Amino acid sequence: MDVLTPRTLDEALRLKSERPDALPIQGGTDVMVELNFDRARPPALLNLNELAELRGWSEENGRIRLAAGLTYAEAMQTPLPALAEASRTVGGPQIRNRGTIGGNLGTSSPAGDALPPLLVCGAQVRMASVRGERTLPLAEFVTGVKRNVLADDELILAVDVDAEPGRQTFLKVGPRNAMVISVVSLALRVDGELTASFGSAGPVPGLVSAPLEDAESFPVQVAAAAAPIDDVRGTAAYRRHALRVLTKRALERCLA
Amino acid sequence: MFGMRIWLRVNGEPVEADIWEGESLLYVLRERLGYPGSKNACEQGECGSCSVMLDGKLVCACLVLGAQADGHEVVTVEGLSEDGRLHRVQEAFVVAGAVQCGFCTPGLVVAAADLLQHRPDPSDDEIREALSGNLCRCTGYAKIFDAVRLAAR
Repeated sequence: MDVLTPRTLDEALRLKSERPDALPIQGGTDVMVELNFDRARPPALLNLNELAELRGWSEENGRIRLAAGLTYAEAMQTPLPALAEASRTVGGPQIRNRGTIGGNLGTSSPAGDALPPLLVCGAQVRMASVRGERTLPLAEFVTGVKRNVLADDELILAVDVDAEPGRQTFLKVGPRNAMVISVVSLALRVDGELTASFGSAGPVPGLVSAPLEDAESFPVQVAAAAAPIDDVRGTAAYRRHALRVLTKRALERCLA
Repeated sequence: MFGMRIWLRVNGEPVEADIWEGESLLYVLRERLGYPGSKNACEQGECGSCSVMLDGKLVCACLVLGAQADGHEVVTVEGLSEDGRLHRVQEAFVVAGAVQCGFCTPGLVVAAADLLQHRPDPSDDEIREALSGNLCRCTGYAKIFDAVRLAAR
């Protein structure tokens, strides 16, 4: 196994094009579990920790740019209410100090807690390779369970979201408050309309919008849009029920 | 077998280690460098027993690639005491009887020390949240809470 540690983004993109088999590792909260349990032996690891270009967040022209290496602990300090709330529910302090938004996108798990809050904020994913840059809506970036459109020579640079968040909240169901993979999660945004996104209730995070007048029926609409399965964390029926309840509670919070 | 050499600072001392590229910082600390204080339990970031400070941030050493620590600064539970005296959190764990089997203790001590550095007078909820990434299967946490409150005073 090789470990490649680029010092600049340009070097990282060159290395990724030369070694498309190199698995990017940032916070390690997903990748290290695979390595520790011998579930993955990638020929090479691309260590992104030293890239200043992937750190922090900035605001420009009504959009907020979250660099891929933004940790959950840092995301808790952004002016994005649902993302901040969601980030606080991820793991414990140790995980939040290492796990990143870019890693959550790269893993593309249906249970990725950052994904629903980003989706309700109109997230666009910025990717780059030596061939150039491209940007795609997050809903088009994630294509299935742990699948996305990222090419072998590409890296995730950042996510751009709306800087005017409206009223937002995030809710998550799990056996305890900390350290849980969500059984089901929900982000809601209320501005000119109602926008909800849910996690762990389908192969990809769902996105549902409705006019403000539909607040009464919105919980049922959201639950109906889900395609949950039975698994070790919960049943499909429970997830659908919980989504309806979470949506109602989120509406109460945001419309109060 | 060994693919690479890394240089880092552990508890203030510059050290080097020959490591396998895929091993964790926890393995480097325990097996290559002889710092057994950080404990190896879940190896997936669930239990917090391997908590260390990496560049001043509380992390699970099992989820840091050893190679990622190259050029960086690590403080383990062995590095908390100063001038041969226990850290006030360690002292408080002794006084409060917050230790049973002791396996989770190093991780909890490091996490509690990190909390008190940022929040000298934490509320119960802040203690609960700060220690939520550390599991103890013996104590039921009551004595651990007592210890953190004692250390905060």
